[in-house]
Amino acid sequence: MKMTTLAAAMAVTITAAAPALAELHFPSLSYRTGPFAAGGIPFADGYSDYLTLVNERDGGIGGVRIRQSECETAYNTERGVECYQGVRGDSPMVLQPLSTGITYQLIPRTMEDGIPMHTMGYGRTSAVNGEVFNWTFNYPANYWDGASVIINYLLDENGGSLTDKKIVLLYHNSAYGREPIPTLERLAEKHGYNLMTIGVDSPGQEQGNQWLQIRRERPDYVVMWGWGVMNAVAVQEAANIRFPMENFIGVWWSGSENDVRPAGEGAHGYKSLAMHGTGRDYPVYDDMQEYVIDKGLAAGTGDEVGTVLYSRGLYAAMLAVEAAKKAQEIHGTTDITPAMMRDGMENLVITEELMKELGLPNFGPAFEVTCQNHGGTGQAMIQQWDANAGQWNLITDWIMPDRELIMELVMEDSQAYAAENNITPGCLQ
Amino acid sequence: MIYREVGQYKTSYVADSHTFPIIGERRAYYLVLAVAFLVVPVFLTDYWAQSILVPFLIYSIAALGLNILIGYCGQLSLGTGAFMAVGAYAVFKLMTAFPEINLLIHIVLAGVVTAGVGVLFGLPSLRIKGFYLAVATLAAQFFLIWLFTRTPWFFNYSSTGMISAPTRTLFGMPISGPSASATTVYLVCLSFVVVLAWLARNLTRGSIGRQWMAIRDMDIAAEIIGVNPLKAKLTAFAVSSFFVGIAGALMFAVYLGAAEAGEAFGIDKSFLVLFMVIIGGLGSILGAFLGAAFLVVGPVLLKILLVNQLGWPTDLAAHVEIIVIGMLILVFLIAEPHGLTALWRTLKEKLRLWPFPH
Amino acid sequence: MPDQLLFALEVTLNGLTAGIMYALVALGFVLIFKASGIFNFAQGVMALFAALTLVGFQSGQIPFSHLINAMFGTRLHHFGWNMPTFMAIIATMAVMVLLAFLIERLVLKHLINQEPIILFMATIGLAYFLEGLGDIMWGAEVKRLDVGIPQGMSPMIDDLTFNWFGYGFYLDRLDLWAAGIAAVLVVSLTLFSQYTRQGRALRAVADDHQAALSVGISLRAIWVLTWSIAGFVALVAGIMWGAKSGVQFSLSLIALKALPVLILGGFTSIPGAIVGGLIIGVGEKLFDFFFQSTIGGATENWFAYMLALVFLLFRPQGLFGEKIIERV
Repeated sequence: MKMTTLAAAMAVTITAAAPALAELHFPSLSYRTGPFAAGGIPFADGYSDYLTLVNERDGGIGGVRIRQSECETAYNTERGVECYQGVRGDSPMVLQPLSTGITYQLIPRTMEDGIPMHTMGYGRTSAVNGEVFNWTFNYPANYWDGASVIINYLLDENGGSLTDKKIVLLYHNSAYGREPIPTLERLAEKHGYNLMTIGVDSPGQEQGNQWLQIRRERPDYVVMWGWGVMNAVAVQEAANIRFPMENFIGVWWSGSENDVRPAGEGAHGYKSLAMHGTGRDYPVYDDMQEYVIDKGLAAGTGDEVGTVLYSRGLYAAMLAVEAAKKAQEIHGTTDITPAMMRDGMENLVITEELMKELGLPNFGPAFEVTCQNHGGTGQAMIQQWDANAGQWNLITDWIMPDRELIMELVMEDSQAYAAENNITPGCLQ
Repeated sequence: MIYREVGQYKTSYVADSHTFPIIGERRAYYLVLAVAFLVVPVFLTDYWAQSILVPFLIYSIAALGLNILIGYCGQLSLGTGAFMAVGAYAVFKLMTAFPEINLLIHIVLAGVVTAGVGVLFGLPSLRIKGFYLAVATLAAQFFLIWLFTRTPWFFNYSSTGMISAPTRTLFGMPISGPSASATTVYLVCLSFVVVLAWLARNLTRGSIGRQWMAIRDMDIAAEIIGVNPLKAKLTAFAVSSFFVGIAGALMFAVYLGAAEAGEAFGIDKSFLVLFMVIIGGLGSILGAFLGAAFLVVGPVLLKILLVNQLGWPTDLAAHVEIIVIGMLILVFLIAEPHGLTALWRTLKEKLRLWPFPH
Repeated sequence: MPDQLLFALEVTLNGLTAGIMYALVALGFVLIFKASGIFNFAQGVMALFAALTLVGFQSGQIPFSHLINAMFGTRLHHFGWNMPTFMAIIATMAVMVLLAFLIERLVLKHLINQEPIILFMATIGLAYFLEGLGDIMWGAEVKRLDVGIPQGMSPMIDDLTFNWFGYGFYLDRLDLWAAGIAAVLVVSLTLFSQYTRQGRALRAVADDHQAALSVGISLRAIWVLTWSIAGFVALVAGIMWGAKSGVQFSLSLIALKALPVLILGGFTSIPGAIVGGLIIGVGEKLFDFFFQSTIGGATENWFAYMLALVFLLFRPQGLFGEKIIERV
């Protein structure tokens, strides 16, 4: 009985996998279901819409059309493995696993299989060191950059000194949430503020105690590393205890519409990091409207256009397309392979002019990727929620992180990884 | 036809107590084993191994273990995820501390460690029964995960809190880490499954298994006829956790390669394995396999059908997938309340009499 | 009064209100378990489904619009009207009653006289089904739920305690409302089951299915009734929790917070659910308060279970559970 279903399914997969020639395959490992679906849907839509735009408007990248495929991970590591196995034989240009857990699994596998992976603003921070992590990229910014940008922003707000200020880190009690702790601790030594860390157990629907504690301690600032429902509850609780919202700053995964909308008016003034711009006020959306939305080609329900996480998906797709162009330029062929794509990513240069040309002026920072630095510059902006207008406003320009200190941490961690896994650091080719 | 029993006479007790008393069935079993070991590896693609067969085998081990506890001994456990985590972290600590010792030994040792932890959290079962016992195992679930997340020693002080499996070899072939080939991973898991299933089958048929079942059916009566409930319950917890620990160790070391306690071994994993056991059929070795197949292979096949064949959007497909799984559970239940095994048993009875139903 | 004590008192009060919130979820479990001996795994998903439906009605969303759009290439989203909250609640309740009816018709009817574990398994299937259905009907994005219950710090209590102790206590108005609603729920449920014909029939069924059947009580009608009431309780829990976090998938996970409460209070006791909730709420908050600095935070999840476990070691049937009489 089992064997027949097996055989039937085997036939199914064989007919399904028929690679076509002269196409660039951009898979999307999305999560449109499960506990974090609200964050996964807009990202996947943005990613897909931009690639559709490139196909419709430019006829693909360098004349080669893009083939998209989507695989549902439900933010679950095992389904992530299934998706990876499904696409890896189909020359995927770049993988964007969108989950720290899946990223960790894919780092060694993609190294082995020679498939580039881009983890934008998540994943393993020390992948900045491209000599150890040849196939993994995390430009333009990572968590440690984010923590440092927040502190630099606060320094700026306080006239350059945070001495004796009290800062609370409210974190998701998982590997992800603990990421910024070492950076914030080091920076506390440097700048003399008092750091207090408060953990919230996943999923984080009940944070009464954490906020009572914050209310008692009266910190000057609360920094949040949250995800999913934890964000919305934290914003609500902060509003409840009347914590001044402008002193409450989240990481870029705690700064989408989903996180502030449930709290209504109360969320007004809440801030978060922004690694890219938000909203539809960019020229690229004119093309998007003409070539994608009006033609009915938009992914998903189409009502996510312009939201924070949609913009993030769009930005990720844009960076991938630019890297593919770079790869075509380096190798002098339009029909590139994943290995060539990796070279394109490693030589990617994003300038302000280029961003303007793409219809995304000042949407993302200018940066250069090198073999030694897969992490870009680590700049980010701060955005603030306007509950009345129902939109995020950027309130700063690009803020630089304390890269010196971060590179120190990156080197420690990546070299430990290299030693553990017998990797001799070095550039490819 | 396979079930033609006429003319099969048992002339010794040994022959009578054979696992598969009917010759045809025994041959079918050997055939399945031969196919699994010799034929499947030849045709095995990476996709099939990594997304279907390896997880199926690993979950089968976990379901076997849980079935011993719930199905044979009647003790409800919702701590499977955490016990798998114990296996995973144990094997991680062992394989990084003693890299020269073979990984297979570490995996078995991880099972032993998990058995110890399982016994510890099984102690309340001496006093608490039924659904109420779930609380003890749930306490284990949440406490252990919390412990693994916040104690740096468990993840070797890595700055990320993740554990990742380094490459280890067997006969010169890598069996863990990224360079391990799908076939070796499959064969390693398959070997574990065969050995453990054999062990489970014989344990449950032997005196200890009978004690478990006596406790399950009525513990006071069992005590009166001389079954020591302390020994029976704790051995059930130990054996069950041993299996679950091995499943966790395999899942981390040879299948996932990297894991974080809360994400990979959360409460949803406990429920998933429990569902496998219940859907497959309580108190049955075959049930563990059927349940694992249903909940591991089913969704993947549905996904292949809906997304790759019919071209549905992935989110719709995923939602429909959940609905279909839910409906299938209900339909199976109404058709046969005692799980997939009972369905199989009914079919077997019919086959034995076929083609003459009376 | 020393500060530490004041803080502890504040934490205790907040623990009490948090406990009520847990109890609200636990109540739904108790109701169904009492009437039919089913441990309803789908209770959390029912709360999510009810909240989703409520928001959907309120904002005039078209059900299954995503599915319809994908199939026919249309662009449906909203009907273009907003239903008043009260109407929306009534409409949602109607949906929950319909759901109860369908559950009885399509599932439970076929499973009469089966063992508890099998009925439990049926609710697993139901949970899967409802989870998929809710998503496909209303979409998976986070939705704001506002039925007009005030939220945030209660200034009255803040002022009052400030005058007494010189330190203003924090209590969430939503939690206070929840306490009131829980009280009303418990009283009316108790009155219902003690003094109405239907309620007595319900208790009879809970006592003995066959005896109830033989005196002419319709088992099926009672089950529809129970599941409707459980649907109503799920709606209440969905509203209260959804107001905190918005309506999203995680809402179905509140069942996990209710589990230790349920076990501690006993599966069959309505007052047990409330008292259990209070004990768990206060216990976990105080533990976190005193030991946060020594063993690190985020202990709430496991501590609730440990606490329940300790209680159970002394009273294996839960605080208010019916005494387990074992016969051989």
